[in-house]
Amino acid sequence: MSHLALQQYWWIIISLLGSLLVFLMFVQGGQTLVSQLAKTSIERKILFNSVGRRWDITFTTLVTFGGAFFASFPLFYSTSFGGAYWVWMLILFSFIIQAVSYEYRTKPENFLGEKTYNTFLFINGLVATILIGIVVGTFFTGSDFSIDKLRLTESGNNIISQWEGPAHGLEAALNLTNLSLGLAIFTLSRILGALYFINNVDNKVLVHRASHLMKFCSIAFLVFFLLFTGLILTREGFAVNPETQEVYMEKYKYLHNFIQMPVVLVIFLLGVVGVLAGIYIGAFKKSGKGIWFAGAGTILTVLSIFLLAGFNNTAFYPSTYDLQSSLTIQNASSSKYTLTVMSYVSLLVPFVIAYIWYSWKSLSKKKINEKDIINDDMAY
Amino acid sequence: MEAFDMSLVNWSRAQFALTAMYHWIFVPLTLGLSFIIAFMHTRYYKTGSEKWKNTTKFWMKLFGINFAIGVATGIILEFEFGTNWSNYSWFVGDIFGAPLAIEGIMAFFLESTFIAVMFFGWNRVSKKFHMLSSWFVAFGSNLSALWILVANAWMQNPVGMKFNPDSARNEMENFAEVLFSPTAINKFLHTISNGYVVASLFVIGISAWFILKGKHLEFAKRSILVASVFGLLSSIFVVITGDSSAHNVAQIQPMKFAAMEGIYEGGEGVGLTTIGMVTPGKRYDNNKNDFVFALKAPKMLSYLANRNSNSFVPGINDLIDGNKDHNIIPISERMEFGKLAINAFKEYNNSEDAEIKESALKTLEENYQHFGYGYLPDKKSAIPNVPLTFYSFHIMVSLGFFFIVLFGAFLFFSVKQKIESKKKWLKLAVWSIPLGFLASELGWVVAEVGRQPWTIQDILPTMVSTSHLSTSSVQVTFWAFVALFTVLLIAEIKIMLHQIKSGPKNMED
Ligand code: HEM
Repeated sequence: MSHLALQQYWWIIISLLGSLLVFLMFVQGGQTLVSQLAKTSIERKILFNSVGRRWDITFTTLVTFGGAFFASFPLFYSTSFGGAYWVWMLILFSFIIQAVSYEYRTKPENFLGEKTYNTFLFINGLVATILIGIVVGTFFTGSDFSIDKLRLTESGNNIISQWEGPAHGLEAALNLTNLSLGLAIFTLSRILGALYFINNVDNKVLVHRASHLMKFCSIAFLVFFLLFTGLILTREGFAVNPETQEVYMEKYKYLHNFIQMPVVLVIFLLGVVGVLAGIYIGAFKKSGKGIWFAGAGTILTVLSIFLLAGFNNTAFYPSTYDLQSSLTIQNASSSKYTLTVMSYVSLLVPFVIAYIWYSWKSLSKKKINEKDIINDDMAY
Repeated sequence: MEAFDMSLVNWSRAQFALTAMYHWIFVPLTLGLSFIIAFMHTRYYKTGSEKWKNTTKFWMKLFGINFAIGVATGIILEFEFGTNWSNYSWFVGDIFGAPLAIEGIMAFFLESTFIAVMFFGWNRVSKKFHMLSSWFVAFGSNLSALWILVANAWMQNPVGMKFNPDSARNEMENFAEVLFSPTAINKFLHTISNGYVVASLFVIGISAWFILKGKHLEFAKRSILVASVFGLLSSIFVVITGDSSAHNVAQIQPMKFAAMEGIYEGGEGVGLTTIGMVTPGKRYDNNKNDFVFALKAPKMLSYLANRNSNSFVPGINDLIDGNKDHNIIPISERMEFGKLAINAFKEYNNSEDAEIKESALKTLEENYQHFGYGYLPDKKSAIPNVPLTFYSFHIMVSLGFFFIVLFGAFLFFSVKQKIESKKKWLKLAVWSIPLGFLASELGWVVAEVGRQPWTIQDILPTMVSTSHLSTSSVQVTFWAFVALFTVLLIAEIKIMLHQIKSGPKNMED
């Protein structure tokens, strides 16, 4: 494969990992729902154990997303993580507190008390979804950083990639486009969490409440999502001249991308329809199938958003401080050799998905109910 | 090349050391305990005996408590290369990122998927699949160790790559060389076997405590038997792999090796210090003795370094000032070569003229092996912290031999059915739990303090590796980590102690 083909292949993989991550954040969404859905401690226990059996898959997907991004587009890793320091640190802290909370929340002598761990889970659900959405928003709105490889030869300040604002990423939260995507992802994760409960929990009352609450989340989601979509389709975007690799501003760039890549548009529309169908099924039919539609829909929608940001001669991590510092899938990628090695490794992915699928299936033959949880001495 | 923001560099280092050392409290236990559990689980599968089931479940619970905090402290490390070592990630991301990604794809999913089955599979999946899941967890966790250690080994021994002046970074040329470098292999084997030792000490120590309290005797004896066999084999293996690690370090990182042994003046047929105290205030440029006292095993160091008991081992002074007889270039010259390389890199990029570009490239390539020296402010900055490296190394090694004796004794008493009467040994075993963790942490101190000032040996110094942040930002996150990790550690220990005290459930014995 040519270097460009490998870069595109890896951008698709990164996009897929990103979209899987957003889908799997139904765990985070579920965490934010528990305090609203559960009235008794046993209800809380059922809900936390329901999403709790999945939390580490989401977590692992995040870690793999980071690793894969590092391996395939190291200059993004170096620029974004070191630059948007505070945003990433907040995201990471929220996952650190999540990782212990399930295991420790109901254990005797757990030092902080069950309430604190439940709050940790709520914080994780709130902070991680919103901030990850905000970071992805900057793929369209840009950030203030500069890149100069010759800094390596200077005395004193040798750092190639530098953030030029004092807020180190927090400034992104003040941008309406970023914020609307953050809130869209947050509300979407709550919808997915509710659909997951409807599918996984064997308790009429909880299912009823989840289905009811989901209606409100859905309205909020639609507002934020339409706002975000409207904003990016009408704004100017960061285009790359394929001959010179020069970055310039183009009016309606993302709208053009949709028109010039009809496949991406179709993926996007299918995705949106899937999410809406899932919401309908969950809210009005109270059927467990909703999560499948909304889940597949989420994956397709997010996939198309990533492709919109990176393909068709677009800078996926633009710099508003210095346009020519913007990162494209061509200038930010690994060498051809590394991408080739990694492509062989990526052949393992279907196998990984297969065993995850198999073990999930074998574990969730039965829905979660009260009796089960009380009798299980390994329960959270 | 002066005026580095040293406070930023030091705080970044402090943060990395802090997070890595916290993480490393939990990882070795995961590496080893997972195999012990898989073995016990298999005994249950084969015999169907409730006793083995309860034994498995007891250790599994402790495993889960430990694993959760291991994951919590681990996620930060994956991202910290970016957040705090942005320049490093730029400079070597083309090579360093790959093992991290492979770790995720190959190992983390295996681990996390089957941990869920291992914990929640009782009565939900078939007995066989359940037992196999325990093995998958063990393989998954050890596989993840492989990839991160390959990455670390590459920093210490950067092979299989070439600098690309157009992209200002090193690019991978040979993945097999990266994966199978002797440093990577030694590191992997030494580290996983260290995990088995730590876990065996943990199991024996807790079981010994039960025996001292006169509780769960049969359970405790069963656990001790498993762990002492596993521990004895692993501790012997730790010494063997430690020996080949040291030999490897002598070849590729002679400065680290000299610091480990605290020798300033090199020589032929050098002895190995078994017990010693380095002279306080000894520096490369004063004439104090290396040691206040030292008990030396004659010629052993030369043997360890070069597999030849009369061979030459360079000391710190030889490495700083050079040694013509042994082809060692003085640091001051290497600093000059390094500056040549850096300037050639600049010239290559600033010039449009093909001829100038070509000659610059030639100079760059010829001097690239000294690239990082061009950044050093003075020659003494090429020396790591000697006392810290020396003591860490010697305590680790002494503990290694002590563990062999301990495991040997417990295996002997186990077989002879005499454990209950050996009160002193039982107490010693309880106190050895922290010693296992200590040896393990000290190992990393040797490896990481000993290689300073480099993040990439000879190519990139630590002070050129950071992100562009204010010191105060890093201070804030540093203290946030201190607070959060300490609170979580306290919670972990309290939960763990409670679980241990309540003992294995439903045990008649
Ligand atoms: C005779 C015994 C031992 C010898 C000769 C030995 C030797 C070494 C050497 C030379 C290193 C540095 C390797 C490098 O910088 O690349 C090292 C690192 C290390 N050691 Fe040991 N060691 C011994 C025992 C132990 C024991 C008992 C433990 C723990 C239970 C341990 C745990 C570690 C760890 C975790 C590292 C860091 C990882 C690495 O660099 O391999 N070692 N050891």
